[in-house]
Amino acid sequence: MSLPFLLEIGTEEIPDWMIPAALANLRLLFEKLEIPYESVALDATPRRLVLRAEGLPERQPDSEERVMGPAKSAPAQAVAGFARKHGVKPEDLTIETTAKGDYYSFVKKVEGRRTKDILAGALPSLILQINFPKTMYWTGKGGPRFIRPIRWIVALLGEEIVPFDLAGVHSGSLTSGHRRLGAREIVVTIADYERRLRDHYVILSAEERRQKLTSEMAGVRVKPDPALLETLVYITEFPTPITGSFDTQFLELPEEVLITVMRHHQKYFSVEDAHGKLAPQFVAVMNIDADREGFVRRGNERVLRARFTDARFFWETDQKKKLADRVEDLKAVTFLKDLKERGSYHHKVERMLAMLSGDRHAARAAELCKCDLTTELVKEFTELQGVVGGLYARVQGEPEPVWQAIYDHYKPESMEDAIPRNHAGQMVSIADKIDSLRSCFSVGLVPTGSKDPYALRRAAQGVVRILVEGEVAIPLLNLIEGKELTAFFEDRVRFYFKDIRGFKYDEVNAAMAAGWGDLKDLETRLARIQKLRPTPDFEPLAASFKRIRNILEQAKWDRPPGLSSIDPTLLEPGPETDLYHEYRGIAGQPIENVISRLRPKVDLFFDKVLVNAPDARVRQNRLTLLSTLLAEFSTIADFSEIVTNS
Amino acid sequence: MQSFQEIILNLKHYWADRGCIIQEPYDIEVGAGTMVSETFLRVLGPKPYRVAYVQPSRRPADGRYGDNPNRLYKHLQLQVILKPSPEDVIEQYLGSLEAIGIDLRHHDIKLEEDNWEAPTLGAWGIGWQVMLDGLEISQFTYFQQCGGIDLDLVPAELTYGLERLTAFLQVKDSVYDIEWAPGFTYGDVRYQDELQYSVYNFEMADIPTLWKLFELHEGEAARLLKQYDPKAADKKRFPLLPTYDQVLKCSNLFNTLDARGAISVTERQVVMGRVRRLAVGVAQAWTDQQQERSGAEVAQ
Repeated sequence: MSLPFLLEIGTEEIPDWMIPAALANLRLLFEKLEIPYESVALDATPRRLVLRAEGLPERQPDSEERVMGPAKSAPAQAVAGFARKHGVKPEDLTIETTAKGDYYSFVKKVEGRRTKDILAGALPSLILQINFPKTMYWTGKGGPRFIRPIRWIVALLGEEIVPFDLAGVHSGSLTSGHRRLGAREIVVTIADYERRLRDHYVILSAEERRQKLTSEMAGVRVKPDPALLETLVYITEFPTPITGSFDTQFLELPEEVLITVMRHHQKYFSVEDAHGKLAPQFVAVMNIDADREGFVRRGNERVLRARFTDARFFWETDQKKKLADRVEDLKAVTFLKDLKERGSYHHKVERMLAMLSGDRHAARAAELCKCDLTTELVKEFTELQGVVGGLYARVQGEPEPVWQAIYDHYKPESMEDAIPRNHAGQMVSIADKIDSLRSCFSVGLVPTGSKDPYALRRAAQGVVRILVEGEVAIPLLNLIEGKELTAFFEDRVRFYFKDIRGFKYDEVNAAMAAGWGDLKDLETRLARIQKLRPTPDFEPLAASFKRIRNILEQAKWDRPPGLSSIDPTLLEPGPETDLYHEYRGIAGQPIENVISRLRPKVDLFFDKVLVNAPDARVRQNRLTLLSTLLAEFSTIADFSEIVTNS
Repeated sequence: MQSFQEIILNLKHYWADRGCIIQEPYDIEVGAGTMVSETFLRVLGPKPYRVAYVQPSRRPADGRYGDNPNRLYKHLQLQVILKPSPEDVIEQYLGSLEAIGIDLRHHDIKLEEDNWEAPTLGAWGIGWQVMLDGLEISQFTYFQQCGGIDLDLVPAELTYGLERLTAFLQVKDSVYDIEWAPGFTYGDVRYQDELQYSVYNFEMADIPTLWKLFELHEGEAARLLKQYDPKAADKKRFPLLPTYDQVLKCSNLFNTLDARGAISVTERQVVMGRVRRLAVGVAQAWTDQQQERSGAEVAQ
């Protein structure tokens, strides 16, 4: 008989962003139990993590096990004793022949364990193994740890409770409804579980909550915001959107500020008018079914009014002191305290300016770009750093390239984010990030494993992206020094081309082995390799290059190029001379143009010529020929890094 | 409509009915109800405790001369400590909102992740900010550590922002328009404090004097702490509570100096570290002092 299974871990409100990962983890842990099942589904609200599976067996299959007893030569008493101990008759024992001799034995039937018992034993530790970024204890020191206190557990297999205790909670068949619209204790069966929850204002399915929100917001022109939608789906059990409005006078404030207040501080969607401009409205999402009296709408409107009033107050106050007049104030703002007396933002800006000599707009932007850290608006809305500086610079009459550069200089803040829109912004962003990296590395603040508190990987990734995708022609290696930082960047460059741009890993290795100091150049070479790769001569030639490399390595060949040259008189007529002439004829041409001519000559050489000639002078000459050939065509890539099938 | 004082009285009553001792505000300046020994020291150790008190909380840098409708130099917190936290602690909390007339079937209440941390106290916990129709009205924290010490029993700390809650209930846009008692607004009672303390904290506080006071209190706390002897037979009478008062004085002076712009960012970390060392020292000594005597000691 196959049975359905339901596990609901009832908790206090779990942080929304942790829920999807926790469910994936719960699924994995369940699969690891190795109990067969036909299907499994996971669901969650902020107060429950739910796993439902179909088609679990009632018990494991029975098995047989041979139990060995005394030797055949043992006294009858011992044999009888063995039989008695296992509850069988002596005459039921059989003789089993083994390498060590003949022994009494019998076959014991082992009944398969009941799935219910297996689950009851495994679930407590399974639940506590669910991985969360941060956990707490609540029953007392040394007690179990979970993301938030566990308050109830539903565990049903078929119609039976899977009984266990965890953190003082007994598993059972009682769930809990919406905190205020539902009952606190609801008896459920597997069949009516989801419907009973629905009756008590809990929509179990995240997809259904998402649908409900999307369809009920359809009448309003909401600025799409998938991340905010996900947040709201996972902080509610019964989401209902309501539309509120604010006074049009606040539209005088920059949209960036208004949207940040609505989105980050209030979790509201902002609304656009027909022309895509911000409308004086917002959509809030409640965790109840309706706002019949308008209490919730009016409450949210008042909160937003107070927040906007604050923002406007800050905006106006900050205008009383120009960014340019705040440069000195940066001496009191710490960038990195480990740098001691060089650790203020004032010093950071000085270092950035040293990198930016020559570019007037970039230098001006760098000088002002950190000044917004001393403004009230940024102290209140730290996520608007840079943006606020840019907006103030615009109002204060800085030229467009300058204010845009300030506005953009933290970009790109993620892989999806755009890079700064103009050259000055790209330069300032690079200078800012390079300084952060150099500074942190200089005092040993190097990211390890998952620990990267200063977001240095993101900074380095940003530099790589700007250098490749921007209008910047600076070789990366001119910007960095030190083994550690170079190795760090090498990783980021490899990650960028491989994981972001989708080049094959061996192509990236091959191209980088021929140098990666100039990323624009690296990108060009990668594109060439990618194009060359499907051509019929490429892989065989790559294999030959690998062979050449091996031969040179075995011969401990380390002649610096140019020290000795090929002596044509020592060349054997035939394939070796042919290869030499071919090389002379094509040297200096791009590999794309010559690959089809070169390949047969190389193949023939290896076919017919013994590199390891008995005469030392001939051998040296051959090695020189091969290494010259390798060097000539390795400027685009080290082809021996290409993984070939042959 | 409930007045400010009625809301406070109702909440106190509610928690008294649930076994809380109703304490009176502590008489030394603090930045938050958590700093008072009724929380900071009582959460340590294995003894259950339940207490609720209103604590005037002073944050010199938040003063706005009485001009800003939402920001105050001194606001009132209702601090509730339930140690250990009961299983239905959130239900009890929601019940307290209903006790002051908020029908939660018609209002939107959400618990949003917000973990609390007080570096100067070596204290942190896991919890939420409680949002009522988009307004943060409370902080809810399960304490995990205090004074750098893992807590034996996990207390729940509920902190109500009383002015905000009242402004919400009375539908007032400015805290100064709240009705404190019939015929008296919050502004009538508190405006002069806000104005005058802003003037003092931002303009007139004498920096050298404040530093001198800071060092005096710091010195006294350190002097006392050094004398605490965990092996002393009469350690129970050692004045750790007065020692802690000195730490609180330091903390408030630090905040005032900070508001006055007298502390550079680099100095800030250092001075905070000095206060933390003292607070952690008191917490550790207190944990030792409050331990029940072992069987062997009793037998002697």
